[in-house]
Amino acid sequence: MTRHFNTETFRGDYTYHNSPEAIRRFPFPFDQDTYTYSVNIAPHPGGPTGSTFEFAFDVDEHYVSEMQDRAITLAEDPNRCQSLPHMELAGWDLLELIMVSKARDYPDLFTLNRDGDQWHWINRPLGIEQRFTFLDPATLPYGPLEYITRQTQGDFALLHERDRNLWLDAGMITSQADWSLDFDVGMNFFEWHAPVPKARQMGVFDKALKFLLAVEQQQAYRRLNWTMTVNPRLDTSPENYHKWGPEKRSITPQNVGQKQFLRVELQTFWRLPRSNALAFPIRCYLCCLEDLCTNPEWARRLHLVLRDIDPVLADYKGFAVNQKTIVEYLAGFSCV
Amino acid sequence: MPTVEFSPSIDSRPTYAPLKSHGSAPAIMVADTAGADALLDLMASDSAVTDKAQIVLIAPASDKLARMDLMVKTPVHTTPDLDTAGPLVRQLLSTARMGTQMYLAGSEGMMGALCALATACGLPMDAIQTEHRGTAARRMQCVHCKGITEDVTTDPFECSHCGLTLFVRDHFSRRIGAFQGVCVDAETPGLIPTTQEIRP
Repeated sequence: MTRHFNTETFRGDYTYHNSPEAIRRFPFPFDQDTYTYSVNIAPHPGGPTGSTFEFAFDVDEHYVSEMQDRAITLAEDPNRCQSLPHMELAGWDLLELIMVSKARDYPDLFTLNRDGDQWHWINRPLGIEQRFTFLDPATLPYGPLEYITRQTQGDFALLHERDRNLWLDAGMITSQADWSLDFDVGMNFFEWHAPVPKARQMGVFDKALKFLLAVEQQQAYRRLNWTMTVNPRLDTSPENYHKWGPEKRSITPQNVGQKQFLRVELQTFWRLPRSNALAFPIRCYLCCLEDLCTNPEWARRLHLVLRDIDPVLADYKGFAVNQKTIVEYLAGFSCV
Repeated sequence: MPTVEFSPSIDSRPTYAPLKSHGSAPAIMVADTAGADALLDLMASDSAVTDKAQIVLIAPASDKLARMDLMVKTPVHTTPDLDTAGPLVRQLLSTARMGTQMYLAGSEGMMGALCALATACGLPMDAIQTEHRGTAARRMQCVHCKGITEDVTTDPFECSHCGLTLFVRDHFSRRIGAFQGVCVDAETPGLIPTTQEIRP
């Protein structure tokens, strides 16, 4: 299988783009014409050949450019990757999970040779070859969490379990929907999610925590979450809000199709074998309205969902100021 | 000073129950001058609470210090401000025994800073009690430059480090001991809402 990796940017001139194949496999998150919070969890991986659910860690045409964008963000702000001292073992667990999965699922791109604790990793798309001793951090250029997540699309939170709660004690967060790892690291599940409106009162977090605490070894699950982002920007961090905030107000009826993106998070949950921590990868997919509307059923459904959404959620998801323009654009694709 | 009633808020925003005695367990007690009243109330409820207590008062008014001296058998440590209290509390924590209780009383900023210091020193969160007294001023961290601005009483306010105008969130980090401040005019530079006093 030949693979193509886009040369594209997620800031500045924003040359990010989706091929027809990437649009076809975009994980459209709505299964009905209305939206409300739900836990919507399914086993992972597992899905049709070529879908974003097929493999444990999907590698797509944006891989190389996304990793370059992460490197830029980390160079400006190294605190986007943090690990409290007791989380290093969980970092090794995650490194193993990702290397084993990618070498199995994409043998043309990744190779992992293991001889006891002597490991040999080859990442062809990024041109990396590394020999190291598993569990010996001195043999890698970064800590295990940072090393592997500089080579894997999506944000990563590592959750430590104690006192029947989950604590956000490590993470690599450079493509977040406006939350700060540096501020939230060390928080428990309820503190970390406290700014999300309405959900706690609806019992969503109690249910989600109960589910996550029950995840066992060898089981993994996924859910989809979504928000809206102006321009294909991965780094919508609160740290840089004063830099990207003005772009949110740049939407016009003329440019909304190209500049307004549906941002979908493929969230997966994995129990890690040595540390018993939970890995919580948050993979971000971006697709502009114009590309989404090449699929008439998506155009029709997205129009209804965004038109009728609870105003509090429109505000929380950050598109209330552009809602009217977005809905009018989408209405043009709907045959009533 | 009386205890403070807080408005309902989000889960990360700390709440401050009145201090409750753990009897004669080893203890570290720290209060500012407003919080000293909470310690005096605690001692009045159970005199055994000071049996193995180290007490630190930050910039206490002389009458508070005099009343405290009458209540306890060991000398009361005093410091002129929070900055000088930090190293002293760290020293007390470094020699603290298992089961040591920490009682903090006074401003949110002081309690947030010392809570963060104590947990960083390894004291479990459930061994720390906090009771708010006095000012509703907040200790704020700027999410952009990470600088801390102490004693914030208005929303929005100006970051004392980078100068951005920040709005005051209820989102609180116990590790940092501060609330989060976020640029208020990020999307519409220059459009700043009317300044309001922070309410508890």
